Amino acid sequence: MSTLALALRDSSTMTRRQLKRLVRYPSMTVQLIVTPVIILLLFVYVFGGTLGKGLGGGRDAYIDYVVPGILLMTAATAATGTAVMVATDMKEGIIARFRTMRIFRASVLTGHVIAAVVQQLLGMAALIGIALAIGFRPDAGVLEWLGAIGMLTLFAVSITWLTVALGLKSATPEAASNAPMPLVFLPFLGSGFVPTDSMPTVLRWFAEYQPFTPIMETLRGLLLGTPIGDSAAIAAAWCVGLTAVSYLWAKKTFNKG
Amino acid sequence: MTNLAIAATGLRKSYRDKNGEKVVLDGIDLNVPEGTVFSLLGPNGAGKTTTVQILSTLIPADAGTVRVAGHDLARNPDDVRGAIGVTGQYSAVDKLLTGEENLLLMADLEHLSRRDGRRRAAELLERFDLVEAGRKPAGTYSGGMQRRLDLAMTLVGEPRLIFLDEPTTGLDPRSRRAMWQTVRELVRNGVTIFLTTQYLEEADELADRIAVLDHGRLIAEGTSEELKRLIPGGHVSLRFPDDDALKDALGALGRGFVDPADDDGLTLQVPSDGGVASLRDLLARLDAAGVEPAALSVHTPDLDDVFLTLTGQTQEASR
Repeated sequence: MSTLALALRDSSTMTRRQLKRLVRYPSMTVQLIVTPVIILLLFVYVFGGTLGKGLGGGRDAYIDYVVPGILLMTAATAATGTAVMVATDMKEGIIARFRTMRIFRASVLTGHVIAAVVQQLLGMAALIGIALAIGFRPDAGVLEWLGAIGMLTLFAVSITWLTVALGLKSATPEAASNAPMPLVFLPFLGSGFVPTDSMPTVLRWFAEYQPFTPIMETLRGLLLGTPIGDSAAIAAAWCVGLTAVSYLWAKKTFNKG
Repeated sequence: MTNLAIAATGLRKSYRDKNGEKVVLDGIDLNVPEGTVFSLLGPNGAGKTTTVQILSTLIPADAGTVRVAGHDLARNPDDVRGAIGVTGQYSAVDKLLTGEENLLLMADLEHLSRRDGRRRAAELLERFDLVEAGRKPAGTYSGGMQRRLDLAMTLVGEPRLIFLDEPTTGLDPRSRRAMWQTVRELVRNGVTIFLTTQYLEEADELADRIAVLDHGRLIAEGTSEELKRLIPGGHVSLRFPDDDALKDALGALGRGFVDPADDDGLTLQVPSDGGVASLRDLLARLDAAGVEPAALSVHTPDLDDVFLTLTGQTQEASR
């Protein structure tokens, strides 16, 4: 078997392993979606009226504005779960077993990543469903939806490789649950909840240049028809770059351990 | 010359921690012929698991040359991986998957076809008495069942060399015997077993050759019989009905001493190799003196004695 065929076969085997584990342990997935849903409800029903006025609309305008940020938060929360899962998995004897087998090594990690991306996409779909139920009204056509799904998938892949690397680096599952925490808050420090031009200078500078902002702007553009400009290209570059760096980092860490 | 499944020379490994450098393996040599059981025996912390981790490609050695299953360990670790199977002391099963799924996972990773994989999984479930439990998550299994599943997973790829790192630690006696039976069957089919254990009985039962590891050095190596001969301690214990008989016997034999463990002072210990000839001679002398012992028992040193004596010596020496 060629190296590539071997890599693909082992990666798909490991992905099936992880998907089965997700199905066996559904409380984890449910638990991960609860936090973003609460944040959504909190921001729409508690702060939404006032924040919406600041945008020149009302609560309905704010739902539309806040959904992209909360989608990223959903992915980031789920990715935190992935870091814990990876850190826990590495303590299990079965990983040592995999290391003594003639398999494509990175497939252990690829399995985690693909299953986690599936998990995140399911979580984001659930969140979009709830958002639609409480008044989210995107004006996207099929192509725009496909574009948005593509953007979210790309984001999910990059953030998952990053959290897999963080999970591998963590000495304990507890440490692994803390390491990716900043990611959950990045939508706040960007254009996720309020426009960046309402922020003080230093914070605004950070908010405009951090990777989550162009991703959220791209999603807004696709789903709601706001101008995208060069956000899409910057977002894609961030995601691809983050994926590449995290993949190499994760692979190196795994091979060392 | 027989082929060697494992040939290691000058194996060294040390770890650095805050107390400085800690030497775990201090230059050990191992030669394990194909189709035999080799047992590495040693107390906790002697370096047994480290040895297995190095030989099974999990961690690199600091120095030494090793060939495992004919492949150079440092240069072609993947070829080594293709030839070996490892069952460690912590069960390496996926606890969220069922027993059957665990076996099918191994079959997929060994790149068996779907049909062969299913057949092999069914065979192994049957062989390890896991058919009924096959559809339950491995996390619900007892310790013995997890260990059986673990070994079954190792066997999916039909490895020619199997590392068993303390395979029966924590198992009840019945499960332990079942594990031994499995090991014997594997060896009968030509598989080489590298076994680490803390149980002398286990090494005695299974191993063709035993090496005793202590503080990172091999302090003795040989068959179980050879090791037992390394230390003195064989004797015959004779119990007499009264003091006079004991004194007569002592006079007739000309050697021996009263066993201090007997409160009545009626037991005589006579050094002996426990062989038939020396026993016959001993009984003839007693007969001639007209003394009849009430009870007689023969004590040959067991591996426990060997082990305690040998590891005790090095502890003294290192002090």
